[in-house]
Amino acid sequence: MIQLTNVHKSFGDLEVLKGINLTVEKGEKLVIIGPSGSGKSTMIRCMNGLESVTSGEVSIDGHTMTQKNRAALNRQYSSMVFQQFNLYPHLTVLENLTLAPVRLKHMSKADATELAMTNLKRVGLAHKAHVYPATLSGGQQQRIAIARSLTMKNPVIYFDEPTSALDPEMVQEVLDIMTELGKEAITMVVVTHEMGFAREVADRVIFCDGGQIVEEGTPEHFFTCPEQERTRAFLSRILH
Amino acid sequence: METVFSARAWQTVWQYRATFISGFLNTLQSALVGLLIALVIGFVLGLAAVSGKRLLRGIARVYVEFFQNTPLILQICFLYYALAYSGVKIQVVTIGFLGLGLYTGAYMAEVVRAGINAVPRGQFDAAASQGFGWLDTMRLIILPETIKIILPPMVNQMVALIKNTSCLYIIGGADLISCTYNFVTGVETGGAYGPAYLLGGLLFFCMCYPLSHLAGRWEKRLKAREQTKASAEEAQTGEEATV
Repeated sequence: MIQLTNVHKSFGDLEVLKGINLTVEKGEKLVIIGPSGSGKSTMIRCMNGLESVTSGEVSIDGHTMTQKNRAALNRQYSSMVFQQFNLYPHLTVLENLTLAPVRLKHMSKADATELAMTNLKRVGLAHKAHVYPATLSGGQQQRIAIARSLTMKNPVIYFDEPTSALDPEMVQEVLDIMTELGKEAITMVVVTHEMGFAREVADRVIFCDGGQIVEEGTPEHFFTCPEQERTRAFLSRILH
Repeated sequence: METVFSARAWQTVWQYRATFISGFLNTLQSALVGLLIALVIGFVLGLAAVSGKRLLRGIARVYVEFFQNTPLILQICFLYYALAYSGVKIQVVTIGFLGLGLYTGAYMAEVVRAGINAVPRGQFDAAASQGFGWLDTMRLIILPETIKIILPPMVNQMVALIKNTSCLYIIGGADLISCTYNFVTGVETGGAYGPAYLLGGLLFFCMCYPLSHLAGRWEKRLKAREQTKASAEEAQTGEEATV
């Protein structure tokens, strides 16, 4: 579904990604872990073209991602949930969900509204449909953001540290929804520090450090017998 | 010379009230048409200034720097004489619209640019991740979000625009300042400085003050709206997590 081939990315002199090769299968739940500055957020942002690659290639369903076709590919294939939620503050919750489907997917307003309400019910926030995002807690905003990405009806959802900006007591409500989504056919790529979530939901975990994929494997592999010293050091720091 | 309190001077002003009214209307008209031109230029160049295209950014920059760093009065003279000498038949009032519009457009462009730059990066990311193109992103998401930010400085520019109609005096405009000045220096009407200037000032105030006042209220309303809690709907259902 998603393929990264020898992807390099530099910001000025700083090389953040140093040759990433990665294939994500359709329906796969991939969790990316790693210390901050390891390039994992940059990697996921390359997948939907929010960052353009310095060299190498990103493709989705066989289409190479370029700055030119980024909009078209994202419209058709993927949505993203951000660390800072990034809801549109000038629109109500319902409008946040229906804007893109109506404008970009030629969905009728009525259909989009119905779909949006279904997804708001799923995240338990149907009663917030007509308020503005600023009135909601972080956890609620993130649940809305997940509902917004579901309303795109795209096969892939990227999660870029979706719980990192939340107060501790709100993390679980978001993880619960993501775990529930994990049971569906959607392809999920999740950058996170939540190891419990990785263990429960991931088909595969990859560990990044220094702009490279250091190790990859099933959650069992990772949490029982990681091979690389760097992985072990990271996990022992984060799990204890 | 008559004093501000001279009844005779006030009487002359009253007698020639039509002059002031027509000056008022002319200034209002110049300001409105000028504003329209300025807004178009402001949004086009403001968007150009934040676009990815180096050429567009360059054009916007040069325009803004040129118009901000030369006096309006000189620009108006230049337009007037350049056009007159090149044989273009153009009315003074049109030159007024154009001069004010071009000049204020440079300031509006800066306001729009600053407004767009004040929108958090994440909003652009969210729009791009949903598949919005550049123009749709600006039109549907970024510009509507900037309104709260750009409204106050934009109104400042509108007020400045109204006051800047006074520069039209140099090309024989029929704006409020020109009318007022012609009145106080006129052969028949001359001398009533105090009352005439007071009235002129009052008329300017009547245009500018409501504008800034209304804009302030609109801004407050926009801000309040986004903070509004849900209506009765929310109270009834309460929160329940049904994943």
